[in-house]
Amino acid sequence: MSRPEIVIRDLHKSFGANEVLRGIDLEIGQGEVVCVIGPSGSGKSTLLRCVNLLEEPTKGQVFVGGTELTDPDVDIDAVRRRIGMVFQQFNLFPHLTVTENLTLPQRRVLRRDKASAARIAAENLERVGLAEKADAHPSSLSGGQQQRVAIARALAMGPEVMLFDEPTSALDPELVGDVLAVMRMLAREGMTMMVVTHEMTFAREVADRVVFMDGGVVVEDGAPDQVIGAPSHERTRHFLSRLLDPAMAEVEEGTGDRASEGEG
Amino acid sequence: MTDTDVQVQPRKKGLTRRQKRRLSRGAQYAVFAAAVIAFALSADWGRLQNQFAQVDIAQRMFPEVITLALKNTVLYTLSGFVFGLVLGMVVALMRLSSVGPYRWLAGVYIEIFRGLPALLIFIFVGVAVPLAFPGTQIVGGTYGKVALALGLVSAAYMAETIRAGIQAVPKGQMEAARSLGFSPARAMVSIIVPQAFRIILPPLTNELVLLFKDSSLVLFLGVTLQERELSKYGNDLASTTANSTPILVAGLCYLLVTIPLGFVVRRMESRSQEAIR
Repeated sequence: MSRPEIVIRDLHKSFGANEVLRGIDLEIGQGEVVCVIGPSGSGKSTLLRCVNLLEEPTKGQVFVGGTELTDPDVDIDAVRRRIGMVFQQFNLFPHLTVTENLTLPQRRVLRRDKASAARIAAENLERVGLAEKADAHPSSLSGGQQQRVAIARALAMGPEVMLFDEPTSALDPELVGDVLAVMRMLAREGMTMMVVTHEMTFAREVADRVVFMDGGVVVEDGAPDQVIGAPSHERTRHFLSRLLDPAMAEVEEGTGDRASEGEG
Repeated sequence: MTDTDVQVQPRKKGLTRRQKRRLSRGAQYAVFAAAVIAFALSADWGRLQNQFAQVDIAQRMFPEVITLALKNTVLYTLSGFVFGLVLGMVVALMRLSSVGPYRWLAGVYIEIFRGLPALLIFIFVGVAVPLAFPGTQIVGGTYGKVALALGLVSAAYMAETIRAGIQAVPKGQMEAARSLGFSPARAMVSIIVPQAFRIILPPLTNELVLLFKDSSLVLFLGVTLQERELSKYGNDLASTTANSTPILVAGLCYLLVTIPLGFVVRRMESRSQEAIR
């Protein structure tokens, strides 16, 4: 592992009395692709959202590119420019065209001039294969296309790190492939990526490391072949068996509670 | 259990459901027709026409009723609307502020100005403001006073509308903007408010219609001949001619603007219904 790009130290996060993260330690190296997997309510989305401080950690430290985000005096807007984020629900700006979705943040946040913002927008739409949709409105695009635009929008800011929060969970199954292809391309180009996902094939094939979380802690952390192929913990095995073959799951005690907790 | 009896022998006696429905609808038409006829017969149309529809008096009002009165009504309304929109925006943002006193002040403002009749606000602006700040002239004379009074009233309503619009923008929009490095203020201006205004365009247009009518209250401020708007103009003319035709003409001038505006609002509402994502 080269020098760590993301460092998470003893991270805790509570929502009221509900402790979602119970002490997470994690390092992600430059150019590394880490997939975070785990059951609903395990805290994996909360962990990801703590990395760019969309959630304020209750305790602990987060460093990205050597800057401590959890420092109260840090210029959080400046740090976030280096961190791209892709959401489950895409969150494109519906009142703007595809190109404007890419150019407005560049112009308002990075103060790029009109011409270079437009050029960078076009380049990034090209990268995700949507150059022909430049003038469309988000509502006229399929979910998969919207998510690729959202990735292009994040990339146009020139981030050093990309965070993906279940990027394919809201997509129709046949549209998942296009989005994963874009993410695979980014991984190959050496982007540092932290991906919360349920796509085990993607994790196995693309990730350098897989982190399995349950109950607000990291249960297992290692190479994909190890964590997914030969998990050493019972909880990991249990989760994977339910995920890979949902039809075989037995009715068990406590699953009702788990479902009602929702995604953390 | 009469229910089961009916089910066993559904058509034995009484009217069928279809017959009942037909009978009920027929009765409603009959009542309506009777009411219209009774009204038409009982009103004295000749005297009404004499008092309200004198063509030569109506003709004498043109073009001044348009070039002066309607023009002033529109000017008063628009200036009040713009001022109210700006003030309403400020109050809405204060209401959503994380600073307690701002939220509190905005709440008090909304409760007071939403609860008072517009007429009292006009009197307040006409009397209390000059008393409280002697020597200060409100910019724009009567136009400025009307803008102030109408703006104060409408800002309270618009603040609540704008706040609702801002809160109707999905939370993910702010998160996306923040994750791209927008500051909270810049995200609000560039991303949230433009979307909020699309949502609240129909209710804001309704507010414009209300203001259009409230602009008639300007007569309580005291206006010069050149500053008269539709109601005052119509009323003045009605007393000089001893005939109410000018009031009818003034009323029609209001409808000339409010009916198309209402039509636009309904169009926007049905369009935004279709566009819901």
